[in-house]
Amino acid sequence: MDADAGRVVPHDAAPLFCSGGGCTAKLGPRALSAVLAKLPRPTDENLLVGFDSSDDAAVIRLTDDLAVVHTLDFFPPVVADPYTFGRIAAANALSDVWAMGGRVSTALNIVAFPEDGDLNQLGTILAGGSERVAAAGASLAGGHSITGDGVLYGLSVTGTVHPGRLWRNDTPRPGDALVLTKPLGVGIACAAHRLDAAPAGVYEAAVESMVELNLRAAELLADADVHAVTDVTGFGLAGHLLEMLGEHHSAVVDTLTLPLLPGVKHLAEEFFLTAAAQRNRAHAEAHGTRFDHVPFGVQEVLFDAQTSGGLLVALPRADADAYVAALAAERAASGNALPVAIIGTIAARAADAILVR
Amino acid sequence: MTTLDMTGKACPIPVIETKRLLAASAPGTSVEVVVDNPTAVENLAKFAEQRGYTFSRGEQAPGAFRVVLTSGDADTTAPAASGPRRTVVAVSSRTMGEGDERLGATLLKGFLYALTEAPAWPEVVLFYNGGAHLTTEGSESLEDLRKLEAGGVEVLTCGTCLNHYGLSEKLAVGGVTNMYTIVETMLAASHVVKP
Repeated sequence: MDADAGRVVPHDAAPLFCSGGGCTAKLGPRALSAVLAKLPRPTDENLLVGFDSSDDAAVIRLTDDLAVVHTLDFFPPVVADPYTFGRIAAANALSDVWAMGGRVSTALNIVAFPEDGDLNQLGTILAGGSERVAAAGASLAGGHSITGDGVLYGLSVTGTVHPGRLWRNDTPRPGDALVLTKPLGVGIACAAHRLDAAPAGVYEAAVESMVELNLRAAELLADADVHAVTDVTGFGLAGHLLEMLGEHHSAVVDTLTLPLLPGVKHLAEEFFLTAAAQRNRAHAEAHGTRFDHVPFGVQEVLFDAQTSGGLLVALPRADADAYVAALAAERAASGNALPVAIIGTIAARAADAILVR
Repeated sequence: MTTLDMTGKACPIPVIETKRLLAASAPGTSVEVVVDNPTAVENLAKFAEQRGYTFSRGEQAPGAFRVVLTSGDADTTAPAASGPRRTVVAVSSRTMGEGDERLGATLLKGFLYALTEAPAWPEVVLFYNGGAHLTTEGSESLEDLRKLEAGGVEVLTCGTCLNHYGLSEKLAVGGVTNMYTIVETMLAASHVVKP
């Protein structure tokens, strides 16, 4: 439960310089796969998930009923408020464990901070991160800090999972419904906010979404026949969906049901678009993403890099209906207005990897 | 020609500054923009394409990519004059009219048959909500709709509706459409017929 997710905790730390951080700072998928392809592959047979499958976290089996989930994530400030930045960075880093079906255990801070920087600012970032780690039920157990030209913050998170109940990101089945648990458009909203062009409420809605933990969205999947899960971050919905589909599946995405932050379609039409989104578009279009009469502004939302985005889940339709109803009801009961929706379906590989209509 | 030096500026600033400058200038104004990375060039090209502006690439040196955008002439967005008659039939349920459901289903089947016999056919027949049952396996109107389609009538069913009723794999005639196309089609119609 995350009823106070949008709250602002008073502090006197100075605002952070923020030029387009968060997951927009992620290297493009094309650049990344070229580099990773050159590394030797690990051979430990207990390594259930490594980087060859582009999954959210690494998973190593310790015993037949216990595996450890490792992940780390850090980035430059995505918002100017240091406390909020800390919360967002932590919510984003923790999410990878939940996207694997795991429970979070411990987290370690990763920090770069200017040598002559204001330590009150750093303390406020760490307080924000610590608040989210505690809300996730994990223990903040240390970290590593270096001096750097700019601010970077994130977490290395360790969790556990039963090896038989691991959710991979690339194993959907034809006929599955696709569920998205947070609205899209935080990259567009933040870009417009930085240029003082976001209408009232748009940025606040983006922050509310980014600080929301994916904890309950994952826990409520416990009884469902889950086939594939990932979280939507820097590669945008289209990029992460392409990873899920691999070579053997296709998806149809329905723009009518796609949850969007308020105002972002219009802001996209006004070109508050990041470089990351353009890299994501180039990658997705080169890998078979086609739009059937979808307006430009909505197209861009599918490529928008999300920081601390929602879970993208492939599961049978009946399970998806029950899951969406349960998550929506729980959120409504705690005054949380974040949308969750079935956004499309999985099919066997067709001409297009992703058809958006 | 004005030059905007946008080197050192992260996206979306180069596009936003270009947009502001052209919006404040007379139609047909050209602006040269200098950016320091190829992604910014792609974003400017995308912006020009969306706005219908002319776009050309100049000198492409490392760290200084030059492009030129020229805004369109005025009056390119004037609404089209009233065009030819364009009829759209919109089928929004599995029955025709309200009352007895079996009667309503019989009436709708009869309407679609009579449509094939009408002297002038519509340009488009749209099916949404319960109407999705008419274009999918098990519908008794498939033959009539195929006849219309073969005669050049566009037969379109709402994809969200097919999905909702679990009919996505069962579409038997025509294509799938979305709400943007439905709105566009209805707005462009000279009249919409709802059985």
